[in-house]
Amino acid sequence: MTPALEVIGLTLDFRQEGRSLRVLDGVSFRVEAGRTLAIVGESGCGKSVTALAIMGLLPGTARIGGTIRLGGRDLGAMSAEQRRLLRGGEMAMIFQEPMTSLNPAFTAGDQVAEALRLHQGLDKAAAFAEAVRMLDRVRIPDASRRAKQYPHQLSGGMRQRVMIAMALACKPRLLIADEPTTALDVTVQAQILALLDEMKRETGTAVILVTHDLGVVADHADDVAVMYAGRIAEQAPAAALFARPEHPYTAGLLGAAPGEGEPGERLASIEGTVPDLRAPPPGCRFAPRCPFAVARCDSVPPLVEVAPGHATACWRAPLDQVLEAA
Amino acid sequence: MTPLLELSGLVKRFPVRDALGRRAGAVHAVDGVSLAVAKGEVLAIVGESGCGKSTLGRLMLRLIEPDAGSVRFDGEDLGALSPAALRARRRDMQLIFQDPFASLDPRMTVEQAVAEPLRLHRIVPREQEAARVAELLSRVGLRPELARRWPHEFSGGQRQRVAIARALASNPRLIVGDEPVSALDVSVQAQVVNLLSDLIRDLGLTFVLISHDLGVVRHVADRVAVMYLGRIVEQGPAREVLSAPRHPYTRALLAAVPGHGVKAPPLEGDVPSPIAPPPGCRFHTRCPFAEARCRDSVPELGGGDHRVACHLADSLPAPEPLPPRLAGGDRLRRLQSFFRAPAPNQGAQS
Repeated sequence: MTPALEVIGLTLDFRQEGRSLRVLDGVSFRVEAGRTLAIVGESGCGKSVTALAIMGLLPGTARIGGTIRLGGRDLGAMSAEQRRLLRGGEMAMIFQEPMTSLNPAFTAGDQVAEALRLHQGLDKAAAFAEAVRMLDRVRIPDASRRAKQYPHQLSGGMRQRVMIAMALACKPRLLIADEPTTALDVTVQAQILALLDEMKRETGTAVILVTHDLGVVADHADDVAVMYAGRIAEQAPAAALFARPEHPYTAGLLGAAPGEGEPGERLASIEGTVPDLRAPPPGCRFAPRCPFAVARCDSVPPLVEVAPGHATACWRAPLDQVLEAA
Repeated sequence: MTPLLELSGLVKRFPVRDALGRRAGAVHAVDGVSLAVAKGEVLAIVGESGCGKSTLGRLMLRLIEPDAGSVRFDGEDLGALSPAALRARRRDMQLIFQDPFASLDPRMTVEQAVAEPLRLHRIVPREQEAARVAELLSRVGLRPELARRWPHEFSGGQRQRVAIARALASNPRLIVGDEPVSALDVSVQAQVVNLLSDLIRDLGLTFVLISHDLGVVRHVADRVAVMYLGRIVEQGPAREVLSAPRHPYTRALLAAVPGHGVKAPPLEGDVPSPIAPPPGCRFHTRCPFAEARCRDSVPELGGGDHRVACHLADSLPAPEPLPPRLAGGDRLRRLQSFFRAPAPNQGAQS
């Protein structure tokens, strides 16, 4: 079956002060219809620019290489106008801060209706009626009244619901959610993530969930790609990743999240900082911070399968060997 | 023993004005909070946005004036102090903010930023200033030669270390950290959490941690106070409150933390507006157990070590125990042991 989205060898370079900066270095993954792929990593790892590259929302100074296929069609071969028509129709994106993506001058209902008029050719009245139905489906109480309200009259959670209604109104093949709940309180976050799960089940949309929160990944992702400094470090079904991480960075991240171990126990801290992409380490980009690094790590490790569907870019994997040797 | 910090009956309201500048009600930010923090204790104040936790932090340090109630520091009523006496007291009480990008003056070098409180409170003679700054920087895991650098040259984690060094400069007895690690990436956050734990232990600090992150709270707090819409709904020893919560809101807050495999949201709806908080128990509009009396009468926090402001606390069914978060098992623990820096303050240069 053709996956909803296929990304092969994605590279991204920015020109900066006359020099080229490689922000993504050969990122590959696929997302099937009705599944959620979480892309997880810390600031600067490239997770958000990956999302923007897929959407075609990067500035003109960005040079993109590799292949992105949506439903089997090569997006790189399309004109800018064709790409524009995909956005909001076949592919949609929601962001961390809905206030910056909603237009403050239009009501919630008008903004959802606009997508329907543009992509589905509905007339004004039909589009607004469908918008109210969508707002109701994302569980906005009293949807017909709320549809006539402006973004500033809505709470943060409500705004994110409007964004989800807008994104899903045209039944996209792919929905990218970039830190969709990071700005929300934890009880509201739980509501929004449950809503995304439910909408995905109903519509069969493929979802890419970009997040820094491993808890969110554990509860809401089917598959996970862990990114570090512009590359995928490890890729696996979610359950396998948490049960048997095969990249030292993943293991370190899992240990750095406080609250799992005994209170007061020292947290696993990954010493140092992420590499400067202007002068990245020659081989494995995690090697300078890795407690298991050896001489071989000076060359770039390929992403190889260690179990079905579970791949890691680490010369020392499987890590059981490292533990036995210790 | 006298607590180091004692808050009683604190109330703070912020007036809300309409477009014409007329008074149109008030945000009930803090509404009758009493708390005591013992010397050397880490008290966490948790809750969601708008619950009043940051306002409470500012009231504690007398950075804002309460509308009612009192703050006693080491037995002394801060409200009764003259402005000069209050200024002198400030050396004992420091605040660390969430955003180290906003809290450091971009026109001051790290040395100037850390030396400022030394000078203000005349902690050391001028000629010893540089040595003391170097000592403070190494105390927070920064190389002293970074002293001549500017804040923009630092990462978020390094800036937060500078902010911590600055807070430590006046040898305070109390530090209030308002979401001190919330803006940091998880690997850097772990380094700063480890640093704070070391400092609290080694310097015998009393620490009030204001945080929405229950993972961080579980890790460092001795006691926890849970706030909802300006009031404390539950408080007690951290281990008890976080593992055997008694208030329905605390239970929901804990169940909502992702990673336990709980897929259904524990609460519906949003937090009501603090401009018009619900009567009775403020949580009754979202509480799955609410009864008629919860709408009418305000539940008292009660006494004892573990207190809860809920009419139904004694009759509620015991909560389902939450499955462990992100349980990785023995193999993962062994892998992680290689990351755990055994000695504090060595090479941590986040």
